[in-house]
Amino acid sequence: MKKLLALLMAFALVFSFAACGGNTEETTAKNEETTLSGEETTAATPENPVIRMSTTTSVNDSGLLPYLLPVFEGKTGYTVEVQSAGTGAAIQKAKDGNADLILVHSKASEEEFVNEGYGVERLPFMYNYFVIVGPEDDPAGIRDSENAAAAFEKISSQGAKFVSRGDDSGTHKAELKIWGEEVPDAATDTWYISAGQGMGACLTMANEQDAYCLTDKATFLSNKESLPGLDILLAEGEDMKNTYSVIECNPEKLDGVNTDGAKALIDWLLSDEADALIAKYGEEQYGQALFTVIEE
Amino acid sequence: MLLSMDKELIHIIGVTLRMSFFSTLISCIIGIPAGVLLEKGRFTGRQLLKKTASTLMGLPPVVAGLIVYMLFTKYGIFGSLGLLFTVEVMIIAQVMLITPVVTCLTSSVVSVTGKNLSETAKGLSVSKTKSVLLFIIHNRRALLSVVLTAFGRSIAEVGAVSLVGGNIQWKTRVMTTAILLETNKGKFTFALALGIILLIISLVVNVLASLLTKGGSEDD
Repeated sequence: MKKLLALLMAFALVFSFAACGGNTEETTAKNEETTLSGEETTAATPENPVIRMSTTTSVNDSGLLPYLLPVFEGKTGYTVEVQSAGTGAAIQKAKDGNADLILVHSKASEEEFVNEGYGVERLPFMYNYFVIVGPEDDPAGIRDSENAAAAFEKISSQGAKFVSRGDDSGTHKAELKIWGEEVPDAATDTWYISAGQGMGACLTMANEQDAYCLTDKATFLSNKESLPGLDILLAEGEDMKNTYSVIECNPEKLDGVNTDGAKALIDWLLSDEADALIAKYGEEQYGQALFTVIEE
Repeated sequence: MLLSMDKELIHIIGVTLRMSFFSTLISCIIGIPAGVLLEKGRFTGRQLLKKTASTLMGLPPVVAGLIVYMLFTKYGIFGSLGLLFTVEVMIIAQVMLITPVVTCLTSSVVSVTGKNLSETAKGLSVSKTKSVLLFIIHNRRALLSVVLTAFGRSIAEVGAVSLVGGNIQWKTRVMTTAILLETNKGKFTFALALGIILLIISLVVNVLASLLTKGGSEDD
């Protein structure tokens, strides 16, 4: 048995190495090929056809990128590789030189990214609203609150359960901003559940625990079916705006950035064509638009 | 950097050890006798059970987590117990994952030693239960590596425990889910530092265990 196990493990190891090796060769070959053809032909095939986009889970999981990007790809011949993670990790990956542009929603971190020289310019291009979801019977009575801060105050004074992302994501930072100086302490306030997980997992937890949760509307609506216990209780308070920006990674600071590709994608995302697509997104599926375009 | 989260880190380590200790204990209480029986017993369906156990060794942790989640969710069979997102339910998921490993490894450990159960029982004129115990005592040092493997699996697990435990701060957060969280935050170095602490904990447990067996061998 042990021998067999050892053998299997060795086999798996060799196999995975082989697989890795194969992949690298393949991509290199592909790159060379396209580089060559790029030199020979006109701009129709981009020189470096792969654009690496580092983004947050909310834009990807809401289905927006899978909806938008094929249009861009079909038009330009670029391939966009989307890596989605929490805003913190999304930005860190870009700082490590593993992305050509970022699409995130946390103003302070974005400005830091640009100020430190990693990003060229912060371009806000669309927004939506965070919503507070919670149990239908609304035990803390937040439904008619003036804004999110007022709702949070009621939740805190009632000690009603609240699930926090607790993961430095854009949503978590927005939540902390709403709490202001009254951020609950998860060590002593047992009603404040700091989950340290993605939006989907936090919503599931809120649904399980009859708790409140701050979420972006898109993720909530796209998961609504598996969240029968949760309703949108507060939407569109002035302190709940959620702005998304794109930032091109700075080729002067980071090696190997596909600047042409990043520029092309950003230009397209700010174009009228993309604007029209974004403004329509969600109407068919959810009966309402999920994002609003920022007009320049 | 690590010192700045002293209190919380100690809490996380505490939860990690509690979870790993109890899941190892329970899965060994079930798995070791089961492994002896599967290898040394003579009953119908033995081969089938052996195959089942070795198949379950390949159960992906997330799937085990998912099954436990479905059982303990608010609308699940055991939902009324309110155990979801507690350390207890993490232990249940772990036991599900580790018991087959313990069973199979025990089988292979005792397979090298002598006769089957009924022969031993007859030869020593003791009951079958007692002869299972005899097999365990006889192989205890080899079985220690089984226990340590179980502990290692348990302390390193992340998929199932984050699903059923929820990685809740000050409650169900363990080393692996904390590492995952720091990775998601983009704090890669800190995550790596936590990983090293996890390894050190494993090392300490291993050293302690080998010291214990040394002490035990003097009785021989």
